[in-house]
Amino acid sequence: MKKDIILAGVGGQGILSIATVIGSAALQQNLHLKQAEVHGMSQRGGDVQSNLRLSSEPIFSDLIPKGGADLIVSLEPMEALRYLPYLAPDGWIITNTAPFVNIPDYPDMERVKAELARWPNVVALDVDTVAKDLGNARGANMVLLGAMAAVLHILEPEALREGIRRIFARKGDVIVENNIKAFDAGLAFSQNCK
Amino acid sequence: MAEKNLLLGDEALALGALHAGLSGVYAYPGTPSTEITEYIQAHTLTRERNVHCSWSGNEKTAMEAALGMSFAGKRALVCFKHVGLNVAADPFMGSAMTGANGGLVIASCDDPSMHSSQNEQDSRFYGAFAMMPVFEPSNQQEAYHMARAAFDYSEKRRIPVLFRLTTRMSHSRAVVEADDKLRDQNPLKYPENPRQWVTLPVNARVRNRQLIKDYATFEEDAVVSPFNFFKDGKDHSMGVIACGIAYNYLMENCPDGCPYPVLKVSQYPFPWELARKMASMVKTILVLEEGQPLVEERLKGVLPTGITVKGRLDNSVNRDGELTPDAVRAALGLPALPQPAASQVVAPRPPALCVGCGHRDFFTALNNVLKDYKDAKVFGDIGCYTLGWMPPFQALDTCVEMGASVTMAQGSAYAGTWPSVAVIGDSTFTHSGMTGLLDAVNTNADIVVCISDNLTTGMTGGQDSAGTGRLEAICEGLGVPREHIRTIVPLPKNYPDMEKVIREEIEYHGVSVVISRRECIQTLKRHAKK
Repeated sequence: MKKDIILAGVGGQGILSIATVIGSAALQQNLHLKQAEVHGMSQRGGDVQSNLRLSSEPIFSDLIPKGGADLIVSLEPMEALRYLPYLAPDGWIITNTAPFVNIPDYPDMERVKAELARWPNVVALDVDTVAKDLGNARGANMVLLGAMAAVLHILEPEALREGIRRIFARKGDVIVENNIKAFDAGLAFSQNCK
Repeated sequence: MAEKNLLLGDEALALGALHAGLSGVYAYPGTPSTEITEYIQAHTLTRERNVHCSWSGNEKTAMEAALGMSFAGKRALVCFKHVGLNVAADPFMGSAMTGANGGLVIASCDDPSMHSSQNEQDSRFYGAFAMMPVFEPSNQQEAYHMARAAFDYSEKRRIPVLFRLTTRMSHSRAVVEADDKLRDQNPLKYPENPRQWVTLPVNARVRNRQLIKDYATFEEDAVVSPFNFFKDGKDHSMGVIACGIAYNYLMENCPDGCPYPVLKVSQYPFPWELARKMASMVKTILVLEEGQPLVEERLKGVLPTGITVKGRLDNSVNRDGELTPDAVRAALGLPALPQPAASQVVAPRPPALCVGCGHRDFFTALNNVLKDYKDAKVFGDIGCYTLGWMPPFQALDTCVEMGASVTMAQGSAYAGTWPSVAVIGDSTFTHSGMTGLLDAVNTNADIVVCISDNLTTGMTGGQDSAGTGRLEAICEGLGVPREHIRTIVPLPKNYPDMEKVIREEIEYHGVSVVISRRECIQTLKRHAKK
């Protein structure tokens, strides 16, 4: 089995924390993994993406071919659309619906929503609000991770929870538990959508 | 030690170097090379073994210090981005002439597609230029093992080794088994050929002839290198040469194995003998290489006539920019995967200075002053503040390379530009701006040098900056009059004061320095957490 994932967002939103948890879980499950990241100038408030590939077999390319991604997972709705040509015809879009507006010509949100709605497999939720309601505003990316866990399949939700425990262990039990709650909220939303 | 790690290509190289008995890493930060040094700085072995790991002032000083460590018999690693090799080119070329004593590996990280760079020069040309072997791993696991192989090769052949990574190798993570046995560091031991380390013409001529002979040996080594191989295929309608990570894109598109004969190359000088072998079987050779068409260009001169060479030069793959699995797929004549059309809704989102960044307030004040000087030109430099060229500031007229702001401002001022203003960051100033400022003092150039000091090397993630806390003293030491070294704090409430200072120094016809100082908000946040 293999899963190719494009993680998208705006520099500083924390897409790499999602990748770190998945990476930890994948390592534990003896999966092969490649994860191309963005460092340097582009991180400064620009669009960022990470190509994350998981497979039970060896992986060659660090980059996902166009039309090859099983999932686009985005912390920002317009950024999810940026990578559409990479999505496989039966691929999923899992996206935050809260826009990050730091450019003057950000498109009308109705157009962004309409474009997302055209896609057959979409899970769209306001992870910022879900996280805030849980009293864990910084856990928005864990809500999104939970939302993608419902369709990821190559890693079980419990393996991802274990990943969260390992990655956040040094920050203390409270942060671990809050992030697990955020994860579970995203997972529940996504399961109800399906 | 068969522990499994999830490592960036940069980190795999760093760990391999530590396990191979490294005594020092010498580097200046630069994307995509920075994480090599950062990984070594954070590693427990570094402290246990007292491995040198603090940042150097620039790539030239890094290269020279590492060469000194090699002279003393110990293993040294140098790291920088591709354009850093330009800064280090003098000692780099010189190091091929001295040769290595302790293993010396120079990691140069290229940035095809210019994700965070001003050009996409290919470091492999420097290898051929200096007659130095080049190692170019195809994946993270190979990068780990190649680090030790590069040190071994350097000590065996008494030559520095250029270790080339590219963005997708440096900044992509994969599972790496760190299974090499931890090796001791080298003891202090001076070269057996001391004359070679004094490159007077009388010695250098002798050494040059030896190096030319050695380079032929390096090529023979590359033919039998475990990192290079030739593999025949059933379909002789074409052969494929795949260098470094290009091999991955080839194999990505051949899930059942490549049908064509393949020559995979990760160690140079290029093993031309293997290319000739391929040419005896096929009439067409496709060259896949990340970066510039170095192999493709030279291959034509090596092969018999009648062989068609395809690659970047005939647009079989993209002439510029990095390789992709899609580009290689097309070059292999395979149809593209079905894919959705690009969204028409998406707007570009270029990088921008952080909200709350001191560079922003500096540019606001500078722009306010320069409204009254329509002929002003502002010479920029390399760093976050280069983003000041973009809206809403549009504050810069030039950006070329590290340090060029200070010196280009002088040349332009002499040609008649007034006001002529340089804008440079603190780390870039100590990297390459200080010598230019000395020139300005010596010629009493009519320029204002603005050092936008955020107390760190910001663009690459907040590494220590060499002159922190001493910029005024440095400028004064170089001869700038004390009363024309002015310090301002870039905050909106200070705009009137800032503008007054900038205006006064423009009106002073000589060298003045305006230091605009406030900590980078990214490092400030990090310090606040601690």
